This record gives sequence, C-alpha cells and structure tokens, in this order.
Amino acid sequence: MTEDDGLPPVKGPLVYRQSIWTRLTHWVWAICLFFLLLSGLQIFNAHPTLYIGKQSGFEFDNAVLSIGAVNTPDGPRGQTTVFGRTFDTTGVLGMSGPEANPSFVGFPGAVTIPSFRDLATGRVVHFFFGWIFVAALFIWFLASFINGHLRRDILPKGRDLAELPGDALDHARLRLNHGRSYSPLQKLSYFTVFFVLFPLIILTGLTMSPGMDAAWPWLLDIFGGRQTARTIHFIVMVLLVLFFVVHIIMVLLAGPLNELRSMITGWYRTSPGTPSEQGDKP
Amino acid sequence: MSRLIVNRRKFLVGSAALGSSLALSGCNQFDFLGQRGNPVRQALEQANVLTYQAQRALIGDQVLAREYAESEIRQGQRPNGSTDPTTAEYMFLREANFEPYRLTIKGMVDREVSFSLAELRNMPERTQITRHDCVEGWSCIAKWTGTALGPVLDQAGVKPGARYCVYHCYDNIQRSISGDILYYTSSDLVDAYHPQTILSYGLNDEVLPVSNGAPVRLRIERALGYKQPKYLHTIELVDDLTPFGRGKGGYWEDNGYDWYGGI
Repeated sequence: MTEDDGLPPVKGPLVYRQSIWTRLTHWVWAICLFFLLLSGLQIFNAHPTLYIGKQSGFEFDNAVLSIGAVNTPDGPRGQTTVFGRTFDTTGVLGMSGPEANPSFVGFPGAVTIPSFRDLATGRVVHFFFGWIFVAALFIWFLASFINGHLRRDILPKGRDLAELPGDALDHARLRLNHGRSYSPLQKLSYFTVFFVLFPLIILTGLTMSPGMDAAWPWLLDIFGGRQTARTIHFIVMVLLVLFFVVHIIMVLLAGPLNELRSMITGWYRTSPGTPSEQGDKP
Repeated sequence: MSRLIVNRRKFLVGSAALGSSLALSGCNQFDFLGQRGNPVRQALEQANVLTYQAQRALIGDQVLAREYAESEIRQGQRPNGSTDPTTAEYMFLREANFEPYRLTIKGMVDREVSFSLAELRNMPERTQITRHDCVEGWSCIAKWTGTALGPVLDQAGVKPGARYCVYHCYDNIQRSISGDILYYTSSDLVDAYHPQTILSYGLNDEVLPVSNGAPVRLRIERALGYKQPKYLHTIELVDDLTPFGRGKGGYWEDNGYDWYGGI
C-alpha cells in the first residue's frame, strides 16, 4: 500500500539469518519427527496403556492412561481413561473407522504408520528415524556451538528474561518484530525444545531398551522406572506436537513466505527500522 | 502489496487444505513399508544392525540387567504368546509330568549332550528377580530360578566356528491347515554366555507353570520377551541362521521383528 503512495517501500534489511546447518537439520527433523510420531503411535497401539512405576499393573492399578473398546448394550464403544476418569472417545480413540467395519485400535489408522496394525514395521521405522534424529541433533549442537547460533539465538540471557513479559505481550497483540536474532519468547521456546524436550524424549526412549538399562542403570533411577519413562516419552511427544502446532501458527502469522525463505535460503526480511549491518542486502 | 496479501491468504488456505488432506488420507502412502521384502524397508532395517553393534560396543558382555527386591514382585508373571501348546509331543510330556523331558545341546559342539530336568535341577542354581519387558510395551517383575546356560554349553564344548545358539521349542505358536509352526529364536554367544542367561525351571518360588513355558524357559535378561523362549527342548550351535524357518533367526524375527531384541 505504501507503494501506491509513490514512496520507497519501508522495509528492514534482508539479513542472512539461518546457516546451512540450521536449515539442513531443521528439515531433517521435520521429516524425522513426522515418521517418529506416526510410527510411535503404531508402537503405542500394541499396548495402549501407560503406567507409573517399574512395571505394568495387571493385578494392581498403576495406569494413568488407557485406551480401549468396551461392549455396551448399544454396541461397542471406544473409551479413554485418564487418571481414573473415563471418556467416550468413539470414532477417534479405541474405536474408529467406518461404522460398518470399525477397527478397535488405540489411535486410528489415519495417524499410524503403517495404517494397519503392524508393531514390527512401526519399530523398524521408529528406530531408523530415531538414529537420524539423534545424529542431526548432534550435528546441530556442534555447528551451533561453533557458528554462534546457540549463543546468539537459543540460550536466553538475563536481558531476554527481563524483556520476556513485554515480548509475550507483543506476541499476544500479534505485534511480531522480525529482528536479526530471535525474540526472548522464541529463544525460550527453542531452548526448551533443544535442552529439555529433545533430551527427555531421547533418554526416555533409551530407558525402554532393556540393553540400555543394563548399560546405564541410572536411566531407570532418574525416570522412576521403565514404565514411568514410557509415560514421560508419551507426554513429551504430546508437548512436541503442541510445539509443532504453535510453530506452524507462528510461521503463518509472521509471514509464511519470508519465514520459509529464511529456512530454505537463509535470507530473512527484517522489520522496518532494523539497523543494517555489513553483509545485509537491501 | 494487496496482491501479496491475497497470495498470503491463498497460501494459508492452501496449506491448511494440504495439511488436513494429508491427515485425513492418513498414511496409507507408507503402508508399503509393511511389506517384508520391500527394499526401502530393508534399508530402514539396517538401523537395527547399527543398534545391535552399538549396544554390543557400549555394553560390557558381563554387565548385568537390574535385579529387584523381593517386595517388587507384586503380581504373577503375565503369560503371553503360547500358553498351552497342543503338539502331541508336548502333551505327552506334560501328561508324564515332564519325566521323559530332555534338553539337548547339539550342532557345532564337540559332543552332543542332553539333560533331564532332574539333572538340570542338580546343577548350580541361580535365582534372579528381574523385569520382563514385552515388545508390546509392558513390563512385569518376577523371580526366576534356574541354572546358567554357559556352563551347560561348556559341557557340550562349543566349537570355535559357532556364532549363534538356535533355541528350538515345543510350542506351536501358529496353527494352520498347512501344519503347525513351532516357536524358535536365537541369540549370539554373548547373550548365551551372559551370567544372567539361565535355563529357568522355577518362577516366583514355584515350579515353572505351563503358561509360562514349563518345563524350561530360557531367560536372556537384557532383551525383550520374544528372546525368552518357552517350552525349550534343543539348543543348536550354528554359524548361520538362514537354514531355519524363513531365515531371520526366529519366529517373530521371521515376522519382521528385529533379531537382536535388546531395544
């Protein structure tokens, strides 16, 4: 609209914001997390109950989440029990698919790989992408430590914490500032993903391996048993899905083309008023 | 600029449509990964070889699986897989209270040997309270009593070229018109000689019940449940797993599960 005024466009400089390592690992994770989520739900479906403790209570009750199907006078229904409270989840959890030929699975085939019940294949897919995911994380940590991405954009500093309330308010008003570095809220989000959620989901995944439990028995101690680790693994999955949803919403709100360009070419259009530096483009 | 806004709106609508159609159509696109001979699946399966090698490199051969306190036994051992074999041989043995039972060690050994249940019970006894982890995801803590497999193998004398133990079982895990498929699985010699790998004949201070694999069930404590073969009768030392079943080293392995089973 400013173009119509005949004035020069008010834009900040085009800055090189994302290194090749950040961009590469970003898309590798996008693919990995997609396959890890859908194969993970396949694995979960093999025993759609989560427990707290060292073992699964069959003759006692330590379940915190259970998905299944029950027979009622009106026919079978899908049921989900969370912390002792039962919800009817027919059509989504426990029972889904066409009415004439429903399938009785935890999560529906639409969100599992393969779409039919196949624990063996779920495991093959999960462990393959698990290795790639961890390898990409290792490369990212190394590259980000060397090129300063970690220090500049991820680790929140005192000033970021001081500016956090104001930044949160700006976000709430959808006043998104496109700066050279990440905003305090962004830093905190990515810090949580890289230093809390990713390590947690990897370590709880390893705790489910009987081989790793022999190698690193402290895994069982820090998470309070293999079944608690399995529950935490599931909860962190839910948090990562939430992160993904917010991530996509923010990309759409902040300008999807500019955001996508920065994650493909590295170049990012900053907000008007951003001071230019050497190496920027107009 | 207004054109850009329209484009942005179109992009928004477009990406939402793309996203929801992906979600709705589900992931039938990846169902081909379920085909056991598919080359892409076979490429993905290589990650399991990496896992096996990485865990063997990382975990000392003698490192023990965690053992639990008596107070952690809070329930019976949950039976799974075969719980009541119906082969004639097994039903005969069960009728005879397993008196005629013999465990045979054969294959690449200096001398084929076999032991009765009484002979196994007279060997040095080991009791361990361990956690049984099923590939499905559940765990169950129980007390297993038996005798270590390593010294039993030594009585047969394992030949230098032997690389694997194949565990042959009585149970017909799959019953079909074309005949029964009998359970079997296998391990490397590291697992076979691990100090907690026992030929168990007792469970929670009782004689091992039929539903849990009577008369003898092997315990490989650093692996998942399908590596704990029940109704065990023969251990064969080999250097190649391809001649057995469909060549993947076990009944579940033939059905697409990873051979190592430590993850």
